[in-house]
Amino acid sequence: MEFWYWLVSWLPFEWAAPDSMLFMKHALLAILVVTPLFGLLSTMVVESRMAFFSDALGHSAFTGMAIGAICGLADPVGGAVVFAIVIAFLFTLVRQKTRMASDTAISVFSSAAVALGIFISTMGGQSFTKFNSLLIGDILSVSPAEIGLLAIILILVVVLWVTSFNQMMLSSVHQALADSRGIKVVWKNFLFTAAIAAVVTITMSWVGLLVINSLLVLPAAAARNLSRNLHQYHLISVLGGLVCGIGGLMVSYYLGASTGASITVLLALWFFLSLLFKGKH
Amino acid sequence: MRFEKKDKTGFGRIPLRGRPGTCQLRVRDLGVTLESDTILQGINFDLNCREIVALIGPNGAGKSSLFRSILGQIPYSGTIKFELAGGYPSRPKIGYVPQSPSFDRDYPISVLDFFAAAIGRWPVFLPVPKSLRTRVEECLSRVHGEALIDKRIGTLSGGELQRVLMALALEPIPQILILDEPLSGVDVGGEHLLMEMLDEIRQTYDLSIFFSTHDFNTLQQYADKVILLQHSILKVGTPSEVLRSPEFQSVFHLNLGMEGGDN
Repeated sequence: MEFWYWLVSWLPFEWAAPDSMLFMKHALLAILVVTPLFGLLSTMVVESRMAFFSDALGHSAFTGMAIGAICGLADPVGGAVVFAIVIAFLFTLVRQKTRMASDTAISVFSSAAVALGIFISTMGGQSFTKFNSLLIGDILSVSPAEIGLLAIILILVVVLWVTSFNQMMLSSVHQALADSRGIKVVWKNFLFTAAIAAVVTITMSWVGLLVINSLLVLPAAAARNLSRNLHQYHLISVLGGLVCGIGGLMVSYYLGASTGASITVLLALWFFLSLLFKGKH
Repeated sequence: MRFEKKDKTGFGRIPLRGRPGTCQLRVRDLGVTLESDTILQGINFDLNCREIVALIGPNGAGKSSLFRSILGQIPYSGTIKFELAGGYPSRPKIGYVPQSPSFDRDYPISVLDFFAAAIGRWPVFLPVPKSLRTRVEECLSRVHGEALIDKRIGTLSGGELQRVLMALALEPIPQILILDEPLSGVDVGGEHLLMEMLDEIRQTYDLSIFFSTHDFNTLQQYADKVILLQHSILKVGTPSEVLRSPEFQSVFHLNLGMEGGDN
């Protein structure tokens, strides 16, 4: 971290001065790690029509937080990650069995998860206010340990992409063809879903549950409008996410708004901008 | 060149343009049951080298199930054997062109991406290297589709998509090429182009072609043999034999006396 603080101190911002505003430096590093991660994951989320599905995963991450808190875990994030991965596993099974991402089935899962979360967190007359920060997100809550964890997940996702992207892509765009070429992706889809679950859970507390799914959908949705092949698609998705992420952090710092919301607003603007250019290539 | 062959299925003598004896797929007493529904039963036929065999029948007759049992994707009873020249048993290499979904026009997946992902290990979200691109071009040239390489897969016409999927099924070169409804979604001009191409492919690569279709106009010209299927085989023969048979007319509810045209 010391190296990072030193590196940031070269930036011409007031918060970048040495020994001040450490949270801002953490936030910047977190964004540099997490936006490429979201950019990569979002390409597959959009191509596999999983936007709604990932939203449901986000909700189950909240339930995980609530369960973690009720169990008296000092750090509910750990418990939540485990819970969200279990839910991700169940989701993958259901998806595999039914062979489709039926929006009704997902909706059932999603509302059950969120209801269970609220039920547990308010049981016995507890106040829900301590969970408010999860809904909106709080940039102050980023810790170096979480950034480290996200960096590890980023590396794992890159490895998954390099080894299995072809097969996952084929089976999502043309199941019959993938079957005929003997491609089996159950485990890879699970790893992919688990990665989404873990990333969403970890970043939820500073991006905010209400907007987190946009980070999984908008980068690729915008890139899709501008690209003709998968290479451009990934490049634009990752870069767009990165630029909007950094931009959103700046906006939120100078205007005092929620970081998650600022990033999302920028991503949405970026998406509408991309719509204007759609079809011109 | 026409061969006369005594067929063991009891459907009489069938003239064949294929070359029995070089390689042969023998299907004997094949049955498929899914969730206590009998999809197929008592299926017997041979598929000879260089033969183009058309599978016709109404929707739900079990055409796709027959393909999938030959591909080994679903459990079946009976035997499916493949023999090389001289009667040596072997596992056939099968190229399969599945019935194609219509792709979303906005998929940012080029033909190159799609093809390279299916035949190679190179992760296609990175720029595709030149050597792989050349290999894909070679494969596409087998269906005269080199010009399609940079198009997005969702913008291809029905015929173009079929050609790309055909090129994919021909890599590596199979001994049997199975196509599920290759003519659906293809316009009339494209149909003839595709069938000409199949004819060319079986001669160049010495393989048998087995395809299903609802388009009876092309059969007369391009198929060597037609199998009429409705859970069991109702009729096997040359296109005109099958299209003029009472079985065909009754399955497709055609008036007697009408030549086997469109239904």
